[in-house]
Amino acid sequence: MTTTHLPASHDGAPLELQERRAPWPLAILLAVAFVLVPWLGDDYWLNAILIPFLVLSLAGLGLNLLTGYTGQTSVGAAGFMAVGAFASYGLLLRVPGLPLPLALAGGGAIAAAVGLVFGIPSNRIKGFYLMVTTLAAQFFLEWVFTKFPWFYNHASSGTISAPRLELFGLDLHAPAGRYLLVLGCVTLLTWVAVNLVRSQIGRNWMAIRDMDTAAAVIGIPVDGYKRLAFAVSSFYLGVAGALWAFAYLGTASAGSFDINRSFQILFIIIIGGMGSIAGNFVGAAFISLLPLLLNQIGQGLLGGNVDAGQLQNLQKIIFGVLIIWFLVKEPEGLIRLLANLGERLKAWPLRF
Amino acid sequence: MRDSLRRVLAGAALALGAHTALPATALAAPDEQFVPLATYRVGPYASSGIPWWAGTIDYLRYVNEVEGGINGVKIAWQECETEWSTDRIVECYERFKNGRDGAPVAFFLTHSTPASYALMEKGAADKIPLIDPAGGRTESTDGSVFPYAFPLLLTYYGQASVGINYIAQREGGFDKLKGKKIATVYHDSPYGRETQAAIELLAQKYGFENIQIPVAHPGNEQSVQWRQVRQLQPDWVFLRTWGVSTPVAIKTAARFGFPVERIIGDVWAGSEADVIPAGAAAKGYQALAPFPGGDGFEIHKRLREQILDKGKSDLKDPSYFGKVYYNIGLVNAAIVVEALHAGQAKFGNRPLNGEEGRWAFEHLKVDAARLKQIGFDGLLQPLQVSCADHEGGGAARVQQWDGEKWVLVSDWVQADRDTLRPLIEAKSAAYAKEKSITPRDCATAN
Repeated sequence: MTTTHLPASHDGAPLELQERRAPWPLAILLAVAFVLVPWLGDDYWLNAILIPFLVLSLAGLGLNLLTGYTGQTSVGAAGFMAVGAFASYGLLLRVPGLPLPLALAGGGAIAAAVGLVFGIPSNRIKGFYLMVTTLAAQFFLEWVFTKFPWFYNHASSGTISAPRLELFGLDLHAPAGRYLLVLGCVTLLTWVAVNLVRSQIGRNWMAIRDMDTAAAVIGIPVDGYKRLAFAVSSFYLGVAGALWAFAYLGTASAGSFDINRSFQILFIIIIGGMGSIAGNFVGAAFISLLPLLLNQIGQGLLGGNVDAGQLQNLQKIIFGVLIIWFLVKEPEGLIRLLANLGERLKAWPLRF
Repeated sequence: MRDSLRRVLAGAALALGAHTALPATALAAPDEQFVPLATYRVGPYASSGIPWWAGTIDYLRYVNEVEGGINGVKIAWQECETEWSTDRIVECYERFKNGRDGAPVAFFLTHSTPASYALMEKGAADKIPLIDPAGGRTESTDGSVFPYAFPLLLTYYGQASVGINYIAQREGGFDKLKGKKIATVYHDSPYGRETQAAIELLAQKYGFENIQIPVAHPGNEQSVQWRQVRQLQPDWVFLRTWGVSTPVAIKTAARFGFPVERIIGDVWAGSEADVIPAGAAAKGYQALAPFPGGDGFEIHKRLREQILDKGKSDLKDPSYFGKVYYNIGLVNAAIVVEALHAGQAKFGNRPLNGEEGRWAFEHLKVDAARLKQIGFDGLLQPLQVSCADHEGGGAARVQQWDGEKWVLVSDWVQADRDTLRPLIEAKSAAYAKEKSITPRDCATAN
C-alpha cells in the first residue's frame, strides 16, 4: 500500500517512518466529488451511476475488512446489508424525531450486533466451513425479513420505503442531496477504515489472516479479533444496505439482498483486490459500471444491425472474458494491476 | 493509499473518456414517440423475457409498418438489458427518462413489481407514468394519491377476488361458499403474501375457511405442504406460486392425490412454462388469465400475415407465437398504443411527454367495438381508466390446460372491486400520510 521510506541521508534527523506530503490528488478528488459533481452531474449520472457505485464500494469495503484483511471468507454480505436497511427503517419509523445520521449509525450498530453473533462460529471453524455458516446467515436473515411483517410495518408486499430523508432541516430527496449523503458517509467510513487497518487492530487482523496460529503465539487474542472483524464488517455492510435502500432505490425488500447481491460484493473485492481499500472502488466500478458501459457501447455501435438477443449475450461473454483475463493477468486484483501500470509509467519511456 | 487513489481517478477518467467518445447514432427523431424497453434477454428470467418482449416489439412494429404509426406518429424504441434486476431497471429508467434525440417519453413499462415500487417516487417527481399491467403496487390503483402509477388490468387484490369469484361460479353461487375450505398455497415472498389481506376480507364476507400454506423459495420440494393439504381436505386450492414452484406443486398435488381440477393457478402460475414440466399431472389444471394463451385471435392472424411471414418478427423461435408470455407482450403493447391514441385525441397528433401521458392513461377507454377493430377481442378485456381508478379492468378469464395447450373455459370473471376498494383506500391513505402527499381531488381533476 504505502511505501515506507527510511531516509538515510538525513543524519541526526528523527526517524521518519512515513514521508508526509500534502495529499493533493486526494484533496482534488474530494473537491471534484463534493463540489463539481453535484453541480455538473445530471440525474442519470448521480442516480444511476454514482450512487450505486459508491454504495457498492462501501459494501465491498465492509466485506474486505472481514475477508481481505482478516481472512474470514463470507458469502453473507447481503444478509447484513438487509439487517442495516430494515433496522434503519425500523428506527426511523418507531423513534419519532430521530435524525437521519443516527438512524444510519443505529442500523449499522444493529447489523454489527447481528454480525457479532454470526461471527461466533469463527472461534472454532475456518475456511470453507466458516463460509457455509455465513451462507446460513444469508438465508436465515432473508427469511426473517420475509416471515415477520413487523419488520416491514405490515406492508402488503413486504417492501420498505424511505420514510424521510432530511438532515438538519435540509431535504435530501433531490438526486444531488442523496448523492452528497452517500458520498459523505462513504468518505467518512473510508477514512475510518484507512486508519483502522493501519492501527493495531488492523495489524492484528492481518496477522490472523496470514497465519492465525502464529498470531496466537505472539499473544493476539485471535477469537476476539475475529469477532471484532465480523462486527465492524457488518457495521459497514449495514450502513451500505441502508443507503442502498433509502438513498439509491428508495425502497427495499428481502429480495433486494439475496444471495446474488452477496456474490456481487464478493466479486467486487476479488476483482478489485483483497486487502486493499482503493481496490473496493475499482472493483465496484468494474462489476457495476462495466455492464452498463458495454450495454451502451453495444447499443451505440451495433444497435439495430445485430439481433438484440445476440448482442446481450455478446456483452455477457465480453464481461466474463474480461474478468478471467484480468484475474489471470493479476490474481491480486485490478488495484495491483493499476499499481504495476503506474510503476511502469513512472519509468516510461526510459525503461532501462 | 494516496497513489492508489490517484490511480482510481485516472481509471475513472479513462472510462469517462471512453463513454463520451462513443458515436451518438440518432435512433429517434423529435417527431417520433420514444418508448424505452427494459428488456431481459439474458439472466435467470430470460425464458419468459424473450417471448414477452417479442410480443411487445412485434405489435409496435406492426403499428409502425402496417398502420403507419399512431395517427402518423411513428414509435421509436430502444432496449436496455436489465436481467430483470431492479437496479438495472432503475438505471434504464434514468437513462431514457428524458427521451432520446428529442423524442419524448410518455410512459415507462416497468415489467416488474419490485421495480414499480423502486420507481414509484421517481416517476411521480419526473412526471413519467409507470405502467405495470397485472402487477405493481396494489394501492396505486388509487390515482388520487398515485398519479403516475398504473397497475392496469388486474391488481394482486383483484387476482385474489377473481379466483374466489370463479370458485363461487363453479360452486353455484356465493351462498354456497359458506363453510367451504379454500387453501392458498403461496410462494413465501412479498409477491406470495400480497393477496392475504384481500382473501381474509372475502373469507369474512362469504364465510369460507381461509387456509394459508407457504412454500419457501424456490419451492423444489413441497411434500410437507401437500401433506398438509391432504390432511385439511380443502375444497379448492388457489395456487399462488411462481417459477419452478408451480410445476412442482402440480406434480406433488398429484402424488398426494389432490385433484388437479380443484387447483386454480394465479396469473403468474399460468403459462406454458408452468405446466409443461409437470407433464400429464397438469392436465385439467386451471389458471387465471388476464392475457390468455392461444394464437387464434384476430390480431394473431394479422401479425402472422404482416410480421411473422415477412420475417420481421422479434421471435427467434416461431413456436412461441401465441404462447401466454408472447400474448402478455402483445396486450401490454396494445394498451399503451391505445393510451397514446387517447392522448393524441386531446393534445393533437404529435408525440406526448410524461405529463400528457398521464392524462392519456387516465382517459384510456377501450370498449368492445374498439377491441374488435384492433383484433384483440377475447384477448384483452374492455378497459376504462380514470383518475380514481388506475386499474381500469379488474377481470380475468380462466384457462384450462388440456395437456397440449391452454383452452379458455370462462368468459371474463369480474373482481369484486367494491368490496376491496376500502382496503386499497386505507393503504393509499396510509402512504399519503407517510409521504405527506395531499391527494388530488378526482372530481375536479381533468
